[in-house]
Parts: sequence; C-alpha cells; structure tokens
Amino acid sequence: MTLLGRTTVNVVIGVAVLYTLLPVMWLLLAATKNVDALFESDLFSFSDFSFVENVKNLFAMDKGLYGRWYLNSLLYAVIGAAASAFISIAAGYAFDKYSFRHKEKLFGLVLAAVMVPQTVLALPLYLMASEAGLVNTFWAVFIPALFNPFGVYLGRIFSQGYVPDEVLEAARIDGAGDLGTYFKVALRMLGPGMITLFLFQLTTIWNNFFLPMVMLSDQKLYPVSLGLYQWNSSATVSPEYYPVVIMGSLFAVLPLILAFMLLQRFWKAGMTAGAVK
Amino acid sequence: MKGKLACAVLMAPFFLLLVTVFLVPTGTAIWLSFFAQDQPGLGFGAESTVFVGVRSYVAVLSDPTFRGGLLTVVLYCLIYIPLMVVGALVLALLLDSGVAKLRGWAQMSLYLPHAVPGIIAALIWLYLYTPGLSPIIDLFAKGDIQINFLGINTVLPSIVNIALWSNLGYNMVIFYAALQAVPREVLEASVVDGAGPVKQALRIKTPLVRGAIVTVGIFTLIWALQLFTEPVLLSQSTPMISARFSPSMYIYDAAFTRNNYGLAAAASVILLAFTIALSFGVTRWTNRKAA
Repeated sequence: MTLLGRTTVNVVIGVAVLYTLLPVMWLLLAATKNVDALFESDLFSFSDFSFVENVKNLFAMDKGLYGRWYLNSLLYAVIGAAASAFISIAAGYAFDKYSFRHKEKLFGLVLAAVMVPQTVLALPLYLMASEAGLVNTFWAVFIPALFNPFGVYLGRIFSQGYVPDEVLEAARIDGAGDLGTYFKVALRMLGPGMITLFLFQLTTIWNNFFLPMVMLSDQKLYPVSLGLYQWNSSATVSPEYYPVVIMGSLFAVLPLILAFMLLQRFWKAGMTAGAVK
Repeated sequence: MKGKLACAVLMAPFFLLLVTVFLVPTGTAIWLSFFAQDQPGLGFGAESTVFVGVRSYVAVLSDPTFRGGLLTVVLYCLIYIPLMVVGALVLALLLDSGVAKLRGWAQMSLYLPHAVPGIIAALIWLYLYTPGLSPIIDLFAKGDIQINFLGINTVLPSIVNIALWSNLGYNMVIFYAALQAVPREVLEASVVDGAGPVKQALRIKTPLVRGAIVTVGIFTLIWALQLFTEPVLLSQSTPMISARFSPSMYIYDAAFTRNNYGLAAAASVILLAFTIALSFGVTRWTNRKAA
C-alpha cells in the first residue's frame, strides 16, 4: 500500500480512538474537581484537586445511599448473571443434544423472544408483580433479568462446539445417568461458554435501567443506574450534586471495565459465535 | 424415558422463565389493549373492567404525540443505523487491512465505551452538551461559535451520537471477527487478479461478511426502536424532549403517569408489531438481494 494509504488508515483509526477515549478521559479529569472548579477552571489545571474529597462526598451524600446502590447493583448483576448463565446454558445444551417433537419450532420461539422490546413487557410485568405482591422488592428486578433467550442460542452453539457426542456416549457406556453426565462431564467442557454468557448478562443487568425504574419506588433498592439518574435530576436544581454524580459514574464504570480486561478472550468468543454462526 | 426426563429437567428453569416473564406478559399486553377501566357514577362506584374493542388502538393511532414519537424514532433509525453499520464496518476493514498500527490497543479503546452503562454514557455526554460544564462548548466559544447541542434541531443528532459512541466498537469487533474468518486464499487470489486494497475491501471482503452485517443491522434496529434511556435522561435538562418523545416513553407515560393501562398496552402492541414487521421486512429484503 502507498505511504498515503497507510497514513490515511492510521489517521482514521486514530481519530476514532480519540472519539471513544476522550469522553472517558473527561470523566476522569472532571472527577478531580469540586463544583466551582467544574464550572470555572481549565480542565487541565489541578490547583483544586478534590478527588479524595469527592469520593468522601459520594459515599456520604444522602446518608450513604450510593454504597447501598452499589451493593444492590452487584447483587442484581453478579448473582443474576451467574444464575442466568447456568439456566441458559442448560437449555442450550438440551436443545443441542436431545431431539423431541417441535424442537425447531420451540427454538424459533426462543429466538423470537430476543426481538420483543423490554418496554412492551414492562407494564404487564409490573401488573403481575403487583398481583404477586413483589412490586418494590428485590425480586421484581432480579427475576426478569434471569431470562436471556440469546444466551440459549449461544448455549446451543457452544454445546455443538465444545461437547463432542462421543464423550457423552462414553459416559453413558460407563453407566452414568444423563443428568450426572451433564453436571460432571458436559458442564466442565461448557465452562468457557458459561463465562461468556455470564459476562454478557452481567453487562445487561448492570446496564438495566427501565425495569428498576418501573418496579422500584424505594430508593434503598435502587441499582446505581437509577440512583444516578435521580441524583442528576437533583443536580439541575442544586449543583453540589454534579461532582457526586460524576464520581458516582466513574465508580459505576469500573466493575465492567475490570471484568472486560480480565476476561477479554471469553467476551470475544461469544461475540464471534453470535455473528458468524 | 430417562433421556426425556433429563432433557425436561435441563430445560425447565428456562421455560418457566419464558412463560412467566415473556409469554404471559405478552399475552397480558394484548389482552389489556382491548379493555379499559371504567368508573361508573362519577367515579364513586367500583372500578370495573370493560371490553372496548379497538378503541385504545384508535386512540393511540390518532394521537398526534404518539405519531410524532413514531416519526422521531424512524428518523432516529434513518440517521443512526447507516452511520453505525458503515462506521463499524469501515473501522473493521481498516483494522483488517494489514497496515494498521497498534491494532490490539486500538480495538480495546474502541470497545471501551461498551463497558460504560447506557445511563452513564448518556450522563457523560449530557455534561459534554451542557454549557459551563462542557469543554467542547468552551472550545467552540473561543472560535466565536455558539453551539447548542440540546436545541430543537440538534437534540436528535446529539442522541444519535450517544448511541453511536456506546456501540460503535462493539459492532466493529463483530465485523472484525467475521473478517478474520474470510479464507486467506480468496484474498490472495484477488491480489493476483490485480485488486487494490480498496477494491479488495469493498468488492471481496464486504460481500463475504454479509451475514454479520445483516445480524448487526437487525439487532441495531431492534434496540433503536426501543429508544428510551438517552432521551429520558436528556429530558431532565432540555424542554426539547417531551414526556412522549419516543414510543417507549409514550408507553411509560401512559402506564405510569396517566395510569391508562389500556392505552399503554395498545401502544405496546403497536410498537411490538412495528418491530416484528420491520425486522421481518429487513430479513426478507436482504435474503432477496442475496438470491
């Protein structure tokens, strides 16, 4: 390729990288400023470095609500994603290894569920939860988040790829029951796939905003997303909330970035399987 | 027999969820859309549910705020989806071209926004759109250019930008993975045939990752039609976004502000039908083009 071509390629990629990185850099810099500095001073002047003070304020604001929200988000996301991965991969495995009547039709229904907007289900879910007395409880947000039809689709692909039928046959000859084989043999082979599903659902639940907004009225049950949304609306009236919302956002971003960095290869595996089929 | 039992046990938890958080709610939404809460006797009598046929549908479809919201979301899709698909594909092709430097770092940086939750992405950009807070507005002001990101004509592009920022890298990784799967012989053959790098990217590689392009396109469409988080957050700061800015916001407003469940359910079913029809249409259209 010509020198001009090479330069163009790298300049375009460089500009795209700046576009994605600069807002995150801004968040990082803004988190070091107090209210006055945020509105007045130069972004790169560190004369009023208030990072530590902002962290203290974040966890002290409204009697330490943020810590509570953070814990809620972790509970919703970590336990929810683990349970969801476990449920989805079992169903995906069953779709792959067993044959029964109307199997493909049923699988079609699972795929169709991917298409249905969350906003369509929110009102009926709210009414059902209120019927069951679950509105404004942990479960109202936790249970619907376990449902991941795309995870079943991926689970089926992983099962095709990672669990050879010969291995199952061998286990059967050794006298292992079907469920025993699944839990002792297949599940171990599906491990990497399960981590992928866990990460996907972790992201989804950590991002969850609409359902908590519909289901929860008690601030103490809020996840971080909904809590920051509420604080932001306070910030439009009382600006002292701005540095707290900014610092809160920074903390809210950390777990996923950490999970993504540590488990990068699992992330990619799932995305590749989803796209290439 | 034993096999069947095991199969049922493995599938049971998922199908329990499928029924309770998907099938029953979908059915309930359709059911609710044909009923209304009527209060006889000036609202003093007991509330009763009466069958109203398609009255709620007529009400939703003839409501200019709903039609406005639908139009907004269509316009949003028309700007957002081409920018997203073309942008992500171009970046993937550039990264796959063999001359890109620091490929791993570039990919990781481009992917980073996907680890930022949607509401946080909207918050960051809202602050970058807010005069006084935003270094971008300050920069423009130094050049004597007044810019309002939350004005009547700029608010939709501003929302598009947030969505683009969040998802560009994610879709780029999907395209890049598909490009990596293109057989090297095909590419070598095209070089022998005298195809330059640009021609190779557009004529050889792009058609070969068509499957990934369609998948990304449809998922982007389904998500875009649900537009909710970004406008809801921005509406805290600008009067240009009404409570019924998009169909999803209309549903929320009808259900939880106006407590009109029939109206909300009808709007939900319309949005669902619209989503299914469009995804189906896109699939059919791309299949025909391939044939």
